[in-house]
Order: sequence, then structure tokens, then C-alpha cells
Amino acid sequence: MDLRRTLLFIPGNNPGMLQNGGVLGADAVILDLEDAVAPLEKDSARILVAHALRNVDYGTCETVVRINPLDTFAHDDIATIVPCRPKALLIPKVQSAADIKVAVELMEKAERPGQEPVKIIALLETPRGLAEAYSIACADSRIVALALGAEDYTASIGAQRTSSGIEILTARSLVLNAAAAAGIQALDTPFTDANDETGLLADTQLARQLGFSGKLTINPRQIDIIHSVLNPDTKDISWAERVIKAIKVAAAEGSGVASLEGKMVDAPIVARAERILIMAQRVGLKGAAQ
Amino acid sequence: MRNAIGRELPAHIEGYGHVRAFAGAFSPLPDMTRQAPRVKAARPGDCKLVNSLEEVFSRIPVRDGMTLSFHHHFRNGDGVVNQVLATASKLGIRDLTIALSSTFPVHAPMIDHIRSGVVTGLDTNYMSGPVADAVSRGILKKPVVLRTHGGRARAIECGQLKIDIAFIASPASDEYGNINGVEGPTACGSLGYAIPDAEYADCVVAVTDHLVEYPLSPVSIPQTRVDYIVKVDSIGDPKGIVSGTTRITKDPVGLKIADTAAKVIAASGLLKDGFSFQTGAGGASLAVAHFVRKMMEDREIKGSFALGGITGHMVEMLESGLFRKVIDVQGFDLEAVRSIKTNPNHIEVSAGFYASPFNSGCTVNQLDTVILGATEIDTDFNVNVVTGSTGVIMGGSGGHSDAAAGAKLTIVVANLLRGRLPIIMDKVLTATTPGETIDVLVTEHGVAVNPKREDLRDQLIVAGLPVRDILELKELAEKIAGKPKDIPTNDRVVAIVEYRDGTVIDVVRQTTDR
Repeated sequence: MDLRRTLLFIPGNNPGMLQNGGVLGADAVILDLEDAVAPLEKDSARILVAHALRNVDYGTCETVVRINPLDTFAHDDIATIVPCRPKALLIPKVQSAADIKVAVELMEKAERPGQEPVKIIALLETPRGLAEAYSIACADSRIVALALGAEDYTASIGAQRTSSGIEILTARSLVLNAAAAAGIQALDTPFTDANDETGLLADTQLARQLGFSGKLTINPRQIDIIHSVLNPDTKDISWAERVIKAIKVAAAEGSGVASLEGKMVDAPIVARAERILIMAQRVGLKGAAQ
Repeated sequence: MRNAIGRELPAHIEGYGHVRAFAGAFSPLPDMTRQAPRVKAARPGDCKLVNSLEEVFSRIPVRDGMTLSFHHHFRNGDGVVNQVLATASKLGIRDLTIALSSTFPVHAPMIDHIRSGVVTGLDTNYMSGPVADAVSRGILKKPVVLRTHGGRARAIECGQLKIDIAFIASPASDEYGNINGVEGPTACGSLGYAIPDAEYADCVVAVTDHLVEYPLSPVSIPQTRVDYIVKVDSIGDPKGIVSGTTRITKDPVGLKIADTAAKVIAASGLLKDGFSFQTGAGGASLAVAHFVRKMMEDREIKGSFALGGITGHMVEMLESGLFRKVIDVQGFDLEAVRSIKTNPNHIEVSAGFYASPFNSGCTVNQLDTVILGATEIDTDFNVNVVTGSTGVIMGGSGGHSDAAAGAKLTIVVANLLRGRLPIIMDKVLTATTPGETIDVLVTEHGVAVNPKREDLRDQLIVAGLPVRDILELKELAEKIAGKPKDIPTNDRVVAIVEYRDGTVIDVVRQTTDR
């Protein structure tokens, strides 16, 4: 299971931030060549990010590079970045499965022989992209997650962003459903006010309630808050441990279905419990329930 | 000869005398009696008010070769040192030693007085700016004595720093010499660093721009120790008094380090009711206080006391009940001044009460945790806070070594790379605080625990903190930035770094051009 609770944007033109991106505690860093970089600086940022990927130790932090849209600088970005072995590319403004095919062809050309295939996270931030969410999610086996970019999306549909997020509920649900149908992860849009900790907490709680397991992150100060919401709590862990125990007892008695506290425990419930326990172990919470 | 941390020292230094080598943080015990200043008398009707500094110079009288002392509570806003030295220069006095608890850029005119022979000695706990640069380049014939805040109080009390005249910049004084720091245009709060001077100098002069009717209260320095009061137009610039920054850093790496440091405190088991804490006023130190505060609030911990240089942040923690007391040797901002003036739980203490190793108990001994900075730290955990990356003096211990020695848990926070330079060295250029008194180094790339504290190392690992060997962190830094070349110095000693007990922990040698 991939652990992507937080994916922290790092401006691709900031050497100090690129050097320290791995120590801030996010599960992934997104070295950004797109919005953080002015058109005249695209070349230098691309070179900096390539050097960072080769030389900076990001430890257990997954390295993702947000390239430019396919109709701007993406060709040069892919040709330079992919051989530097990032774990994934975040491709912005994906509109259709055809976009993914174009990107994959470029990536295959850029990859060195024997290189582990670079994964793809598709950023959906246009009405068309959301309408095509499921076909995008299924377009290639490299795709590991769909992410929502709500700022561009709400601007396109003429909605106003509010702190309640009611205007992006449909978009969130579309991303979640498409990702779940394709069996990949869904990542929520970033919360853009870095100084509003209460707002971030509420927004992340809503995202978790809807089904998101990760959130794009624009400021290191957001990391701990997002983790605190997306980590399984002691109640979840304790429940998951009881589920696994119940199913083991049932299996020993020759049954595939168990009952826990009067409720049926079947395969989807067991899968959910297993996910919770794996995540708890990954984030160092295993045993917290005891 | 070599001292206990392996620093090579001359046995005798011209202008300083016999060198007593540092032998361990708690090694030598005192074998002297306290300094006894002259006994005085004042008769009814005697007037202590004097019209000018010139007049007080002739009344005392100030003579060649004397030691004049000053406090640094006005920091870079101080106006008294420059006025007193200008007076000495005008009157043709020479060969003075200046015992100034800390030296700042505002004291740049001292350089001319050194060149002209008015000043030939400097005794201080911290120095930055033009005077520090000039000293590093060898302007003084006699080496500067760099002490700790507690060490200065000890040296005064034990008679090793013998003060002839203490000129005390006094935010408020009455005409009979009662002084406090909480009133007047240059109110600075605690006068803790001036208290040993007032107690042990042969002659004490209050220099004030805010003369009030007798009797003044509260009294920080009493009439019983003050011989003269001089009113001048201004004793300092209030804008220069506020030190450091009062804002928590926004630098994500600084915040990460601060957050980790707070987690180290929690993992150590010290964060419980009765917790005591000291931190500095820089943005990163304040950030540690911020994270500690959040943990105290979440866990409903009621601390005992906060110590040291006091900021508004500490005052807020006192007022919200997170600490029962604030013990204040020096205030860093106007909130600290407001609080010490109005809150009986905000206590003014002297430098000796704060940190002197040679009395019947100083407050750092009661401290659970202190957060300190470092310019360099070596693989034996010895810390340099005196010289910068070019070998020039740009700081000093202040309370660094004192708090490190006293606290149960001493944490140094530092970026693994300072600008382009690794912070961890094989050997620091100037040892200020011995490694035996440092427990943990917290960097953005991990936490290193002093091998003497295996118990603590285990606690931090159990808590899931990223514990790494200090050698591993050093190699990581060098992999990124390379290994810096040694700084070229010659044999001439420009400053002596005295440990708090008066032994020599290191010397600063004159820098040479590459």
C-alpha cells in the first residue's frame, strides 16, 4: 500500500527548499516546475530539479515532480526529469485518457534501459478532466492516483470558493468514485490558506469523511495537522485488530464469514481492517490501541 | 599544555597571567573568601547628586589604570558606556579596563579609545560588531577576557574581577541612589547583571535620565550601595533595547527543528507538572517555546518556572498559568518590562542568583531543560558560540555554558548547514561550552545524543525520534557542502575564553588573511 497522506509542493526554483524538502515530514514531495516557476525560469528550474533528484537524499519521502501541462513545456520536462528517476510525475490539467497516452509515450522514450517505470499521478482541474475521470484513471497501469485541483476547476465552472467547500463536493465525489472504481488512490485538493489551521483541520476532516486518504499540501506547517486527521485513531486500530482476530477464529472453524459485536465481517470489512493496520504500522501507531 | 577537552593552551599569557586549565565542568572547588569592598559612611545632609560625569570623575576620583564596569541591559541601545569613555578621554585618563557584561555594535566608539590608550583592557561575556572585529584583528595588546554570565558574577564575588567603579545605567533613580529598571523612558525590566557590580565595586555611580523623588520603589539596587547619582540628558535609545526577534520563525526547516526539540523534551519524561524551562529570544528558540507551550496546554501541565532572558512569550505562559513563576535576570522586550513591574510572580534576580557556580546554589541548577544555539559543534559535542566561520569573534557564552551545566536536559538546536557550511566539525575553532554538558543536538536531518546519555538515547528511540550518530550527521553535511578548510590564525592570543569556574576552556587566536 502506498502511503501518501501529504504531498508537499516545493518550488522547483528554490535550491534551499529543494535541499531540505525531505526533512519536513511529508510522505511525498512534489518538486514543482509548473505554477511555482515563471516562464522565463522554466529552464533553470528544470536543471535544478534534475540535480536535486540525483544528489539530494529524500530518505523515505516519495519524489514526485509536477511537470508543465502537455501543451506547454511538458516535452522538455519529461525528457530531462524522467532519467533522473523520480518515483512519479504529477501531470497537471489532464483532460482525457489520450493525454495520458501522450505522456506515457514520452516517458517510455525518456526512460533508461532497466529503469523502474516512473508512476503517474493525474491532476484533474478542468470540467472535462473531471467528466473523463474514470477513463483517465484506467488509461495506463502507471497511474497510481487521481488528484483534484479545485482552484482552476472552480474558476472554470464559475463557482466561488468557500470555506465549507460545498461548491467542490461533486468534483471531490467524482474523483473519489473514479479512483475507487479503478483501484487507485484519491488525493484531495490543497487547502490554500497556510495560516488558517482551524480551516485546514475542518477541510481535512471533511476530506477524510468523503473517502480521501491523502491531500496535496502547500506549506510544511500543514503536514502535522493533515497527518493527525488521516492517521487511523486508536479506536480504528482497536476495531481493526478485533476484526482480524474474529476472522482468524472463523477461519479456524472453517468459515469465511465472521461476526463481530453482532455485525457481519466479510471480505471488504477485512480488507478495510487490514489497510488500517498496515497504515498504523507505517506511521508508527501500531500497538497504540493496547 | 592541554586542558580536559584537549585544547592546547599556553601556561602563561601576557596581560592575563597564569592559565588555569579547564579540568571538567564541576572540577575545581573554590578555596577563597568573598571579595570585600571598602566600607563607607554617609552622614545626614550629605548630597549624592552630582551635576555631570566630569564632576563625578573628579569627586571619586577616576585615575589611570582603573577598572570601570557597566551592564548591558540596554543592549544595542546603550548610551552610558560611550558617554563615560568620552569623559575619560576628555580628562586625559588612560589605561582603563572596561568590564562590560556584553558589548554591542553601538559601542564602536570604544575602538578610538583603544587606539588612543584610554582603554587597554576589556572584560565581557559577549561581543558583536565593530569592537569584536577590531579585537579579533588584534587591536588590544592585552587579550580580552570572555566570561559566562554566571562566571562574571563569580569573578566579581571572588575578587578576580575587581571593579573600582561601577557606572550603572539606571532607567529610574531617586536622588539618594535607589534604582530600578521598570520606570522612565529607557525602562528595560530586570537589572540582574548590574547587581553584582553594585554589591562589590569600590564605588557605585548611578547614571540616569529619569530622576524621581525619594523614595523610589520598587528598589532593584539600593541606596546603601550607591555613592553618586549623575543626571544626564539620555542614557540610551529604547529602540535598541528590544533584542532578537519577538516573532516565531516562519522558516519551515527552523520550525521542523523546533518541533523535534519539543518532542525530545516530551520523550525525556521531563515534561510533567513542575517542569522548568529556559530558552533564548531568537526566532528558532521562540519556536521551541511555542511547541512546548502547545504540548503543555494539550496535556494540562502546570510548570514550575521559566528562566533566563525573558520575552513576551514567556510572560504569556506565566499569565495563562502554564508556569507558576518567571525568574528574570534580563528582559528582552516591553512585555517582559510590563510583567516584571506588575506581577509578583515575575521575579527579578541577580546574575549570581541566576548562574554563578560558586555560591550556595544558583537557579540553573534547578532547571529541567534549556534550549541553546551553536555556531559550531564538534563530534565530542563541544560547542562554539564565540567565533564565526571566518574566525572573527561574533558572540560569546553569555549564559550558554551556565545553563548547559545546570539543566538536566541540555538541547542544542542548529541547522545541519549554516548557509553553505556544515555545523558539525571534528574540532570546533573555539570551544565555549564543554561537550560533557550537552545532551542532545537537534538538526533538521536527525537528532544526535551524547554517548554519555545512553539512557536518553533509548528513550528517544522508543519515542520514534530520528536518532543518528553525530558522525553520521557530520558526514551527511559534508556530503552536501564539502569539508571546510581550517581557518588560518597566528599564535597571538586575542581573547581568553574562561569557563564559568574561571578556568580556561580555550583561547581565540588572531585571524590572518588567507
